[in-house]
Amino acid sequence: MKKDEMNEQIAQIDKAMRLGNEGLSDDQKAYFCDQRPERIDPYHGILERFANWARAESLWILGFGTGCGAIELRPLMTSRYDMYRYGIQPRPTPRQAGVFVIGGYASVKTMKRIVRSYEQMQGPKFVLGLGSCTINGGMYWDSYNTINRLDHYIPVDIYIAGCMPRPEALLAGFNRLKEMIKAGQCDGMNSYAENFDWYKKNQKQIIKHWNMPDYNW
Amino acid sequence: MMKDIAIKAGYTLISLFVITNYGLLLGGTMARVRAKVQGRIGQPVWQPYIDIIKNNVLRTGISHGVMFYLGPVFRLAGGLGTYLFIPAVYGSLVFANFAFSGDLLLVMYFIFFGQLGMALGAGQSGHPYSPIGVARGLAQMSAFEVPFALSVIAIAAQYQTLSVTEFVALQQGGILNWIVFTNPLATIAAMISFLGMSMGNPFSIVIAPQEIPIGPPTEMQSSFLGMLQTNRAIFNGAKLVLFMNLYFGGATSVLSMVVKTFLIYLYTVIVGASFPRFRADQSIRFFLGIPTLIGIAAVVVQMI
Repeated sequence: MKKDEMNEQIAQIDKAMRLGNEGLSDDQKAYFCDQRPERIDPYHGILERFANWARAESLWILGFGTGCGAIELRPLMTSRYDMYRYGIQPRPTPRQAGVFVIGGYASVKTMKRIVRSYEQMQGPKFVLGLGSCTINGGMYWDSYNTINRLDHYIPVDIYIAGCMPRPEALLAGFNRLKEMIKAGQCDGMNSYAENFDWYKKNQKQIIKHWNMPDYNW
Repeated sequence: MMKDIAIKAGYTLISLFVITNYGLLLGGTMARVRAKVQGRIGQPVWQPYIDIIKNNVLRTGISHGVMFYLGPVFRLAGGLGTYLFIPAVYGSLVFANFAFSGDLLLVMYFIFFGQLGMALGAGQSGHPYSPIGVARGLAQMSAFEVPFALSVIAIAAQYQTLSVTEFVALQQGGILNWIVFTNPLATIAAMISFLGMSMGNPFSIVIAPQEIPIGPPTEMQSSFLGMLQTNRAIFNGAKLVLFMNLYFGGATSVLSMVVKTFLIYLYTVIVGASFPRFRADQSIRFFLGIPTLIGIAAVVVQMI
């Protein structure tokens, strides 16, 4: 095969791997990245265990209350529950947050923001589904504008059932999440990258007016 | 010659290592003090270490260009520069750092330098809250520099020097030689401006999480943020050491440095825990009001 042909084939494959960003106008496309998320292998052995320990002991929650369950997050900061003693603290921007707490039902309108925020978080990132609504829709299971199963749209590491689960349950959930992170069981970031097409298909099925890039860097 | 340079480099590294760890532990301790004020238990004292490790071992990091990389570097350079030109412990070879005559002006410049570097980095991130935070930070900084500069002019006129080491030397020989007693007006002006410099409440208008989450470092993540957190520890330590040297007689041992800087920091934390946040305009008006008048009074007293 000639060198030119080979280069052309590589360029075609590269183009096919790029994201279409069809929701954006031509002007906007220049501002956004069209690269897919890639799997990033963890470190090995003691290094990864140490990294996981640090990740588990420093959980920064994204301060984005997506539904009514977010009301249970506030008491965690108060003196009665005091989540800071477990190394958990809120963070106002997705770039710096590591844990995304989906507070109850996720309406289609919020789902768009959930996807954007989740993709902007830096990996490894963890998702905690709070309340029954994130598991099967809960009392909104036949609602016209909420999703039923959260893990069809973003990878979820742990669920806390209940409507509402109390702050104690939330703390117990956080501590279970910490154990799972330390055991190296939470790899939602790589699972999202590997099943990116499936997640995107599901997201686009419910978010009709898709006016954002396919992957938000 | 080479041996001297190697020894000085070794001493500098030891000095930096000590101030970094001290700054981090101080940050952790003060978070616990704040928690106690609020009736909580609070985070572990070593939490800042875990946060920095976590941020540095994140698997991904997004850059927005060359200046985005350089922003935290400038910030760190500002922190290191501030610390390295202040003698941390008077009479100690290891903690003398690179103090020389006239270094006070350089140190005051370095306090500004990091903020300006961060402005460039934050500007390139493209997030609208970053320039708002930077604008607030620079405006407030210009405001609190006025009483601080007046205070420095007053004590420089009083002691006829601009060298931090000489200030410490002139304050030796008893608690009544400290500038806090020989020139209380200058000390009051400077300690009020120190509240603004440490950016705690009520002057936390730069990183105001409920208004402009979270100001300049909105887009900073992973190791960029780790670097900023490390710098915060060093910069905090440097500022505390500077104020201890200028107004509270300096320190002749590491232990007295730790005690004095701890108490100075505790003062800012207690003020922060007691007052809510100012708005940006209120903060600037505040510094240009009574603290500036106290500063002018301190200068006038020296002129008479």
